[in-house]
Amino acid sequence: MKKKEELIRGKNLDRRTFLKGAAAGLAGTMLPLDKADASFWDAFFQKHFREMNDAEIKKVIERLERESEQKYKKAITIGTEKALPGVLFGYGLDLSRCIGCRRCVYACVDENNQSKDPQIHWITVLRFKKGDKWVDLEESEKYYHPPQVPEPGYFYMPVQCQQCENPPCVKVCPTQATWKEPDGIVVVDYNWCIGCRYCMAACPYGARHFNWAEPNRKPEEFNPKTHYLGNRPRYKGVVEKCTFCIQRSRNGRYPACVEACPVGARKFGNLLDPKSEIRYAIENKRVFRLKEDLNTNPKFYYFFAYGL
Amino acid sequence: MKNTKRGSFFLIGLLFSFSLTFSAAESAEPDIPKKFFVPPPPFSEGIFPCSQCHQGMPVNRKPRKLEQMHQDISSSLNHMPDGWCFDCHNPDNRDTLRLANGKIVKFEESYILCGQCHGVILREWKAGLHGKRTGMWNGEKQYRLCVHCHWPHAPRFKPIQPLPPPVRPDDIK
Repeated sequence: MKKKEELIRGKNLDRRTFLKGAAAGLAGTMLPLDKADASFWDAFFQKHFREMNDAEIKKVIERLERESEQKYKKAITIGTEKALPGVLFGYGLDLSRCIGCRRCVYACVDENNQSKDPQIHWITVLRFKKGDKWVDLEESEKYYHPPQVPEPGYFYMPVQCQQCENPPCVKVCPTQATWKEPDGIVVVDYNWCIGCRYCMAACPYGARHFNWAEPNRKPEEFNPKTHYLGNRPRYKGVVEKCTFCIQRSRNGRYPACVEACPVGARKFGNLLDPKSEIRYAIENKRVFRLKEDLNTNPKFYYFFAYGL
Repeated sequence: MKNTKRGSFFLIGLLFSFSLTFSAAESAEPDIPKKFFVPPPPFSEGIFPCSQCHQGMPVNRKPRKLEQMHQDISSSLNHMPDGWCFDCHNPDNRDTLRLANGKIVKFEESYILCGQCHGVILREWKAGLHGKRTGMWNGEKQYRLCVHCHWPHAPRFKPIQPLPPPVRPDDIK
């Protein structure tokens, strides 16, 4: 009884009790109590995507779908389709056909729910002068805006994630928030990305993009068919990139850019299938890969269906 | 008559079983309509069937510039040198096309006609390289006829307006 009174008056407070109280108090001030609902803590302690079992993934998806529905006021499905066995995705782009119209850029934005303002584009179309030194990246122009394309004397090269077999971005990620899937797609887990942007520095193709602000997109423009590793709602401070439209390609469909191209310059298929379009291009056409000398081993093949 | 019919059925069955065993690589022209899933040809509104006007009209086979009708075509015709209507259209039945060897081709299979000269392109189109494909990369693909993208009377692509360039970093507020 006496001891309790002393404690109340602040007397005889032993060191251990003081530290315990101080630690609890400090922890209390650090906790964002306004967000202290179960959902926040579930997100905080979410395990790595590849270490979760199916039941855990299902729980996470349920939570994320609930959150997105609150934010965008419409039902959004987040798929977790796994890589198809015996599939290695490859992409072909016919530089002799591309006219630089940027239809692919905006089809990608519509499909993959990138932020409109601040603007994020996963595809960058570069314009080059025709001439001797023809893939001179230093001299390329990405803000070209003539009234009509193609312009005489120029050619165009869209650049997006090259889905490297040896991806430098994956090596540098300190939290293993980005990795290469068995079907060759390099993906990002937006819940594990800490936004350090090491991967952006490591990528030789400028293919990764950062959400400097809360992604801003009208709910009616939001594509509700998403994939956890692809076009689901992103957060401020995470990196995102092209995933060959993982939500489409893993269900057998062509990526959105392939279907948007008005000149049919974009080819997509399974590199392990000898009868696929992409294999036909590699075996029959002049093919190169961007910055091949860096040993990143891209699965994005630029080719020329006829002379250039 | 009945016998030949049965015989041809037998032949088709034989061919089918062959194509099953040897995969599609061996299959020849007759398989194309089944294999290539193409949408209906992009006719201008109300123009097909051509016979609705041409029925009973006398056929003038003399190459000339059309003055009264189809001026949009005759004024912009730019396909092959000295080319004119009956190089491709069938004077005896306007609802069909005619190959150089006299074979009749439906509008739905007009790629056979184009392939007479553009053989390499036709081969690449069949392989899935030339032209646009939509649908499934591992399943049913929607092919397009040559004429869905190339207006056959002046097939070269017209320049189009590009979509806006990305925002420059300087312009971000």
